[in-house]
Amino acid sequence: MNGAEEAPQQRVKPDPPGYFEGESMTRRRAFTIAAQGLGGIAGAAIILPAVGFAVAPIFHRGKERWEAVGPTSDFVEDTYRQVVFTETEGIGDAGKTIAYVRKSSADLEEEAGKYVAVSNRCAHLGCPVRFVEAAGNFICPCHGGVYDFQGKRIGGPPVRPLDQFQTRVRNGQVEVGPRYSVTNQMEPVRARDPGEFTGGIWEYLYPPRPSTFPPP
Amino acid sequence: MPKLRAPKIPDFVVPPPLRKPPKPGAEDRKGQAPTDLKSSPPPSRTHVDRLTDQAKDAPADVLAWVDQRTGASGFLTGMLYRKVPKGTNWFYTLGSATLFAFIVQATTGVFLAMFYTPSATQAYASISHINNDVPLGQLVHGMHKWGSSVMVILIFLHMGRTFFFGAYKYPRELNWVIGVVLLILTMTMAFTGYLLPFDQRSYWASIVGININGTGPIVGPYLSDFLRAGPELGATTLSRFYAIHMLLVPGAIIALIGAHMYLVVKLGTTAPPWVKAKKPKIATPVSQLDAGAEGNGAGPSTNGGSGA
Repeated sequence: MNGAEEAPQQRVKPDPPGYFEGESMTRRRAFTIAAQGLGGIAGAAIILPAVGFAVAPIFHRGKERWEAVGPTSDFVEDTYRQVVFTETEGIGDAGKTIAYVRKSSADLEEEAGKYVAVSNRCAHLGCPVRFVEAAGNFICPCHGGVYDFQGKRIGGPPVRPLDQFQTRVRNGQVEVGPRYSVTNQMEPVRARDPGEFTGGIWEYLYPPRPSTFPPP
Repeated sequence: MPKLRAPKIPDFVVPPPLRKPPKPGAEDRKGQAPTDLKSSPPPSRTHVDRLTDQAKDAPADVLAWVDQRTGASGFLTGMLYRKVPKGTNWFYTLGSATLFAFIVQATTGVFLAMFYTPSATQAYASISHINNDVPLGQLVHGMHKWGSSVMVILIFLHMGRTFFFGAYKYPRELNWVIGVVLLILTMTMAFTGYLLPFDQRSYWASIVGININGTGPIVGPYLSDFLRAGPELGATTLSRFYAIHMLLVPGAIIALIGAHMYLVVKLGTTAPPWVKAKKPKIATPVSQLDAGAEGNGAGPSTNGGSGA
């Protein structure tokens, strides 16, 4: 009995097979970790720049662009004049867009001496709306969205008023600039894509994109 | 039904080992050893004879050479001669039909890419060129255009077959998951391919499609910016769609089709639900056996016989 009790104390614990003296891990394990680590670094060095390259446009804001669309005398208060200008450069006609421009109206409680440029992009899914002179409304051909004279939604599936463009007057010419969206109360916010609500909690559910310009 | 006599098959279409041997004593002694080799030796073989023999064996030799180095014959035999359940019918070909539709898309797509220019200013002109000037261009473009719809329809029919036959159940759940990913990738192909002709329909359909993507809360706006490569549909949008359409997604589809088919071969197919399994033969429990007069008192009359 005595011998059996002492035996565990006397026995020197043998190194696990594969260990040399004083080593904390086997050679095999060390090389496995090193190979996997190096492989991971090499893979990340390839994948991270590639993914970043594809994702980068989300965070890039282009140059602010202003284009003259006609002398101030062209535009009146009680109707719109359709103008075509380039929104995206380098792709020819596909980069052009349409705005309906008029002088700001005191009847609609707008700031005097300004110009209003309403985008023809429907706030439902982005089809081109048309200003119908007889009705004084904007009407979308795709799904029947209808907007009033100011661009506020009065019928159909759109979720907010029509977008607008910033305007300014330079050398007697009206110039249109970056796009911005408006809430149902016509407060300007950063440009949203069609189909996205504006104002209230929607400002958080559809967060503003870094690629858009701040509203006026 | 009267038994029909088997028609007599002429000897020249039957390989020699399968020919009926002549009756002993028949006049035709072809194929039998000559009685005396000394008096009538076999005709000497010329070089042409030997070369002819070698040429006849060449295909088998080439196959043997490949097989010795790849071991493919075992795999191919297992795959091509695998058992299929009773009741397998035409509905089971929908998966192969989808694969065929994909092969048509891949082939015609490669040839379309030879003439297509993924540039916002030249894309429309290059498609017009394919349709109007290139020989058979309209046919190949049409096959690709209509084939995409065919593939989407077939993939849904295949999915419906799998669902209604219960073929998604254990142990084939993973194959269902892979199939759903393949469906999503196919829809991605259809969506990105729509923009490429860059005509009015492509342009406005893509704008609507991208904006639908954008309506997802929180991530939606960034997703549509990612698809457009910016706040507006621009020059990079087309190149981006082109790269996704012909480089990124096809590679993923080919890899997943490989995994999908591996699992089909590995797990086998299911029988249609109307084919019932035969009732397994189970020995009657001892307690229900007819114990006879010397038994425990439960005779055949009270026991209800075999329990039917």
